[in-house]
Amino acid sequence: MKDVDDKFRKNTDPVPMREELKPRSVTTPDGQTIEIEPLRDYFCDARPKVHPKAYSKIVEDFYNWARSNSLWILGFGTGCGAIEMRPLMTPRFDAYRYGIQWRPTPRQASLLVISGYLSVKTLKRAIRAYEQMPQPKYVMGLGSCTINGGMYWDSYNTIKQLDDYLPVDMYVAGCMPRPEALLHGFMELKKRIRSGKAEGANDYAENFDRYKANQKAVIKDWDMPDYNW
Amino acid sequence: MMREILYRLKDRYHFGTPTFQRDDLCFVTVKRDELRAILTELRDVEGFTHLTLLTAVDWLEERLFQLTYLINNREANLTLGLRVMLEREDEPGATTGDTIHDLWPTAATYQRELNEMFGINFPGSPRVDEEFILEGWTDLPPYRRDFDSLAYSQQTYNDLPGRKTHDPRDHMKKALYPNYLKEAE
Repeated sequence: MKDVDDKFRKNTDPVPMREELKPRSVTTPDGQTIEIEPLRDYFCDARPKVHPKAYSKIVEDFYNWARSNSLWILGFGTGCGAIEMRPLMTPRFDAYRYGIQWRPTPRQASLLVISGYLSVKTLKRAIRAYEQMPQPKYVMGLGSCTINGGMYWDSYNTIKQLDDYLPVDMYVAGCMPRPEALLHGFMELKKRIRSGKAEGANDYAENFDRYKANQKAVIKDWDMPDYNW
Repeated sequence: MMREILYRLKDRYHFGTPTFQRDDLCFVTVKRDELRAILTELRDVEGFTHLTLLTAVDWLEERLFQLTYLINNREANLTLGLRVMLEREDEPGATTGDTIHDLWPTAATYQRELNEMFGINFPGSPRVDEEFILEGWTDLPPYRRDFDSLAYSQQTYNDLPGRKTHDPRDHMKKALYPNYLKEAE
């Protein structure tokens, strides 16, 4: 599926850094002169670490069983799939009976559900939210948009493959997947966690440079530290 | 109703031929330097108090941008679209339109969007040079017709290998009339 008209070449000029993000020296109200570097001063830029396994398999299995039984989802909806997540909270589908609940902040969540197409602008926020979540953490991609672009396959501002940018542990196919499909996806993810295969966060830590390179290739005005939790 | 309004105005302004989509929806081309006077008169005298939208069309072959000001008279339930043609410049921001943010404050948002998506600048409009939706966009304004969205996405985002596409026409022919196609062969 190549573009027929291949004369168009995209502009690859770098985006200049915003004025307020540049390192500079400022004078405080006390009269001191201090050096500030906004991208380093406010954030930790330590690289993510691989979460070590427990010392014995039985203990690790027990941990995984416990993790799989309390999936806390970050209430961050992108695209139309966020609509399909709402009925899961209601008595009709009632995801809470499986130990699944939605949390308002990344610090309390262990599962990030990318619920549909991701524009480049939202990808930036999704990456920040993902990196702020404590380990162990999992990512689920909903719908064909996160798998191969879906109906946004020729969009100038929507990423096509989510696993270039974030480590995905489980995909749910569909456009959009119904709440039942989502529940099934959650059950499959639980099985995967229990069998010890949901190692997305460790994959992210191991291949950090590749993920960062992919992210920076599409997010042109990168105005945050490389790792910002 | 709409015809009477246009009839009242036609002696003082240069109107193109009005296109009536419905009895209560009409489009008419006006001259650029008369636009402001017409909009003001329609708003203050004829009761078109609401700016429904302001959008643009890129006539690439004609080297023109068309601005459409859709205004609405809520009381009489009439919608009138005023079209203005601007010379199309290739350089983003070189084409300039006349700002109407003092007539309708909401127009400033539309003008900011047009500046980003079409590269039509509106000097004097508040915050018109700030980013509206896109962040760090360095390419052509994406709604322009010489911006190739498919080529851009192929040069920027990775395709999943193995994705197939079907020409809808051939695919539906095969799905609906398999016997007919066999006989034709």
